[in-house]
Amino acid sequence: MAQERTLPVFNATDALVTAEEGLTIYEDMVLGRYFEDKCAEMYYRGRMFGFVHLYNGQEAVSSGVIKCLRTDDYVCSTYRDHVHALSVGVPARNVMAELFGKETGCSKGRGGSMHLFSAEHNLLGGFAFIGEGIPVALGAAFQSHYRRNALGDAAADQVTACFFGDGTTNNGQFFECLNMAALWQLPIIFVVENNKWAIGMAHDRASSQTEIYKKASVFGMTGVEVDGMDVLAVRGAALEAVRRARAGEGPTLIECLTYRFRGHSLADPDELRSKEEKEEWLARDPLKRFETYLLQQNLVKGSDLKAIRDRIQTLVDEAVTFAEQSPEPDPSELYRYIFAER
Amino acid sequence: MADTLLFNALREAVDEEMGRDDTVFVLGEDVGVYGGSYKVTKGLYEKYGEFRVLDTPIAENSFTGMAVGAAMTGLRPIIEGMNMGFLLLAFNQIANNAGMLRYTSGGNYKIPMVIRGPGGVGRQLGAEHSQRLEAYFQAVPGLKIVACSTPYNAKGLLKSAIRDNNPVLFFEHVLLYNLKEDLPDHEYLVPLDQAEVVRPGEDVTLLTYSRMRHHAMQAAKKLEQKGFDPEVIDLISLKPLDFDTIGASIKKTHRVIVVEECMKTGGIGAEIVASINDRFFDELDAPVLRLSSQDIPTPYNGKLESLTIVQPQKIEEAVEKMMALQI
Ligand SMILES: Cc1ncc(C[n+]2csc(CCOP(=O)(O)OP(=O)(O)O)c2C)c(N)n1
Ligand SMILES: [Mg+2]
Repeated sequence: MAQERTLPVFNATDALVTAEEGLTIYEDMVLGRYFEDKCAEMYYRGRMFGFVHLYNGQEAVSSGVIKCLRTDDYVCSTYRDHVHALSVGVPARNVMAELFGKETGCSKGRGGSMHLFSAEHNLLGGFAFIGEGIPVALGAAFQSHYRRNALGDAAADQVTACFFGDGTTNNGQFFECLNMAALWQLPIIFVVENNKWAIGMAHDRASSQTEIYKKASVFGMTGVEVDGMDVLAVRGAALEAVRRARAGEGPTLIECLTYRFRGHSLADPDELRSKEEKEEWLARDPLKRFETYLLQQNLVKGSDLKAIRDRIQTLVDEAVTFAEQSPEPDPSELYRYIFAER
Repeated sequence: MADTLLFNALREAVDEEMGRDDTVFVLGEDVGVYGGSYKVTKGLYEKYGEFRVLDTPIAENSFTGMAVGAAMTGLRPIIEGMNMGFLLLAFNQIANNAGMLRYTSGGNYKIPMVIRGPGGVGRQLGAEHSQRLEAYFQAVPGLKIVACSTPYNAKGLLKSAIRDNNPVLFFEHVLLYNLKEDLPDHEYLVPLDQAEVVRPGEDVTLLTYSRMRHHAMQAAKKLEQKGFDPEVIDLISLKPLDFDTIGASIKKTHRVIVVEECMKTGGIGAEIVASINDRFFDELDAPVLRLSSQDIPTPYNGKLESLTIVQPQKIEEAVEKMMALQI
């Protein structure tokens, strides 16, 4: 087991949340967790297929960042995308239906787990190949920048949040896009979810400089390191990054130190990560931690949280029913969506 | 009216479309301050500014992906590949994201973008700068592939490509940039999906594109003097192929020779032959013949290079041979 990095200390008073914000974030995290647990169940019951990558353990990152965004901002994900899709507001039933390959899925059953899209929610994808979403996110950020600066649209202050893993930061597209983002001061936030592993490749076996946030500095970009198991720490960093991006002050790289509680995908036997390592991180479960915080601060009552959990469980169950009862795509539409129908 | 050089015809197309629609922008290496390696964007940086004529770092895969993201969110990027061969580095973004994303997203996004630039075998540019990527890219679903060949069609096709709501790979040819032609004063578009019958004829159909159109026409002139009457068709659209025009010609001539600059193996011609067999086999009086570049990296040496690509004389010989086969 590799030496653990010392997590940066975070002073929660920097990112105080109101009870209402707290409940919104909590609900989003619960949704992420319960949805993924349900996916595992459905996968093992043979209801969904292919490579399915779950997000358990990393919820503080998705909720911490996306819940600071406006609905007209953009989000770009990877193949581990279910929870990012849920956080931006794609209904759970449409995500579940996509995983079931149904016509009612957010990608009409044509995409699958690794290709979730929703133009309505400015979800740019769902990208199955490492790193290939980063340039696309950069393009969305360039688009906002272009509207604002070339077309003089002052309202075009949308921010793009781009999520990817530690392993991906060794790919050229990461470096190329950091350069362009800083060069043109684009309104983008690079969110690295450093969960220490890229399938079976430990981060310190793949990266010469393991502290990813430091890589921002050579591009003249702000890079910050946060405890990715603490949703308020993530939120604190994200709020500042969003503010800067919206104000035209350019990009930020946020490295979130986090951990996945399950194997790389549901097909991964997960034999390489040590028991101690897993236990150490499980003890930092971001959901439990935030729950404790909300209760200790007397922001909410235990019964409020229970009500949320019950409601989300019902919602996830209903998503499965919806997915099950939805029709499959019509074979006569096999060729539909290859080209734009004008 | 003065003759227009092909590179200027392309520049006029870009200029007119940028003037007409402010979501259209150009990006690529040295497209701005430098004016483009073949001067297709000369003066546009001064006219439209640094955002609309964006000089990018040398990062083909990433700036191509960036164009995909910009297209998904409402802009209409035109990428200039400084040399189309460099787009090998952008293969992933072109194939996975430009080509397939609309489909995998179930129609959530459309990707109106053009990727244009010089391809083909030039004058002793060496193997890497003499590539014909149209053949490599033809297997990617969701891409339109177009090759221009004259100032007239270059301008009209590029304008159509910019207005198309799909990703279009637009091939120019390094040796055709200085072709001259008198262009109409009025605005015109040339449809992307229609082959051009360059020389109507009765005997044999020559299916060709890009620079080989001109080789085919040279051969046709000689053949004419010898009493042959070949039909020369410039495919224009390499994907999807215009089987209406191709089919109508085959029903007339019953003989086909493909003349292409890409290599024979896995080339555009290979696809055409297979498709003709699928669709028009009963119309054929002879097997379809392919005249293609040799299956080798284009050699630097001038003599070897000219042996690598199809010369007009080879086309003449092939037609004569095919016409001698009496069926
Ligand atoms: C271009 C490419 N190469 C390889 C893979 C296979 N692959 C899928 S996920 C993965 C590891 C990525 O790790 P990381 O970036 O840390 O993200 P995580 O899975 O930990 O969230 C690899 C190698 C891929 N999907 N795309
Ligand atoms: Mg990882």
